[in-house]
Amino acid sequence: MIDKFFKNILKLFGFIIIFLGLLIFLSLFSSSLPSIKKFGLKFLFLSDWDPVNEVFGGLPFILGTLITSLLAFIISLPFILSVTIILGVYFTEGFIAEILRHIIDLIAAIPSVIIGFWGLFVFVPIVREVELLLGVTPYGVGIITASILLAFMILPYSASIGKDAMRLVPQDLKEAAFSLGATKWEVIKKIMIPYARSGIIAGMFLSLGRALGETMVVTMVIGNKNSIPQSIFEPGNTIASVIANEFAEAITHLHVSSLIYLGLILFLITMLFNIIAKFMLKKFKI
Amino acid sequence: MTKKLKLRLFKDKFYFILLLILSLIPIFLFILIIIHIIKKGITVIDWSFLSQLPKPVGEEGGGILNAIVGTILLIILASILTIPIGIVTGIFLYEYSNSKLAYIVRIISEIIQGIPSIVIGILAYIWVVKPMGHFSGLSGGVALALIMLPIVIKTTEEMLKLIPNELKEASLALGTPYYRTIFKVMIPTAISGILTGILTGIARIAGETAPLLFTAFGNPFLNFDIFKPISSLPHIIYLYSISPFEDWNQKAWGASFILLIFVLFLNVLIRILSVKKK
Repeated sequence: MIDKFFKNILKLFGFIIIFLGLLIFLSLFSSSLPSIKKFGLKFLFLSDWDPVNEVFGGLPFILGTLITSLLAFIISLPFILSVTIILGVYFTEGFIAEILRHIIDLIAAIPSVIIGFWGLFVFVPIVREVELLLGVTPYGVGIITASILLAFMILPYSASIGKDAMRLVPQDLKEAAFSLGATKWEVIKKIMIPYARSGIIAGMFLSLGRALGETMVVTMVIGNKNSIPQSIFEPGNTIASVIANEFAEAITHLHVSSLIYLGLILFLITMLFNIIAKFMLKKFKI
Repeated sequence: MTKKLKLRLFKDKFYFILLLILSLIPIFLFILIIIHIIKKGITVIDWSFLSQLPKPVGEEGGGILNAIVGTILLIILASILTIPIGIVTGIFLYEYSNSKLAYIVRIISEIIQGIPSIVIGILAYIWVVKPMGHFSGLSGGVALALIMLPIVIKTTEEMLKLIPNELKEASLALGTPYYRTIFKVMIPTAISGILTGILTGIARIAGETAPLLFTAFGNPFLNFDIFKPISSLPHIIYLYSISPFEDWNQKAWGASFILLIFVLFLNVLIRILSVKKK
């Protein structure tokens, strides 16, 4: 009797979570409805963002988000692969391996506002000097600054999954290659990476998902300019950073609604990336 | 040795050194940031910094007591909202592991975990701030709870799965009702793992800023009322770091130091606890 009641309670909580999931989507959708009604899908391609005249287009932010994340990913890529191989092949056990692994994981634990703060006071002046040398306008803040810091922050997600995938490569496969006279590097390149490929790529999608939604670091060092960036050295804005900057101060109904519309778009993009990552991990069965 | 073999052996060494150097760069950067925060922060911290409220701009002194109290309140609030739902849902996923319902719940929990924190802030705004008509600590707590929930659900389920089936069966075979088996046998066995999960959740939300910007909002006064705006360490770091006042920037280093030490301490604790389990 009580058992049946207990099991029904358990099921009830399952339904509560499903309800929560639906509520999340419906809340975002209904709150952005005024903006969706007014601008429709054209919102994605309009480049004006003018709260005073109530004209809103999401293109600068959508482009800003995609450019910063992609650039961060490209910068991060050599480091992701290096850490994946170093921790997945060369240092798999022992004291040094553990220390390296924990430090890489701890990167993800630093609160992003602290990285943003450090970036603003230490890294931005360095970028400014470099920009002077390169002969571009020395803003210091801008897309490239945000991307480099993002590249650092997203590294642990793919490195830790990639490392696990490399460690799962069957021993006999490696030994077969070694016995044929292959060097360690050749085994890594021709046997291990192809075998662990889907795990490594899944981690990369997770990292990209993090980069797309990261808010504080970007808000603090990207320069917050609401137009389509002309070069990577210019200030820009991402979906997350424009919401962080304007949401609390937005007065008109349409402004708030347009910001939530942007939030909905960001939600859908990151969800897509996370689902792809999950799908690839399932295939790999980690 | 033939020339070709020499080249192959050279390549082998070359790539190892290259990869090692590339791997050490992020580690070096991590240490650099930590040392910088500690060096800058430690000079700011004294008793008055921890025990006083912020003074108006231009006046010397003052502290960040409001933010420390706010962060503690927000963490407690989020934990109260999350832990019961998270644990019961975790039990549900364990018990109905292969059902369709559990499959959907798992996917939704994963989707919630992937929602960018700024969007979580929007949700708490829609659910709490808008109906109440003003910013509040409660809305910040709801936002943080939503971030913490999937972590607690997942660890509870995984910790229960780790318990040998025999233990559960032994209890059931003695005629213990199912709910008692769960509460008297399963949960106590898994409790340290579940606590680690809760700590992981707390470590994750302690540094969250984005969802608090337009929910908890910040408050320069000491406030214990969750229906009013409330300050927090990450929020004060953001606010003080982008301000033009030198004195506030200094305070931001101090606040960063405290937050960083707290978060790193939690992370190290979690790692020690989970190593012990293995």
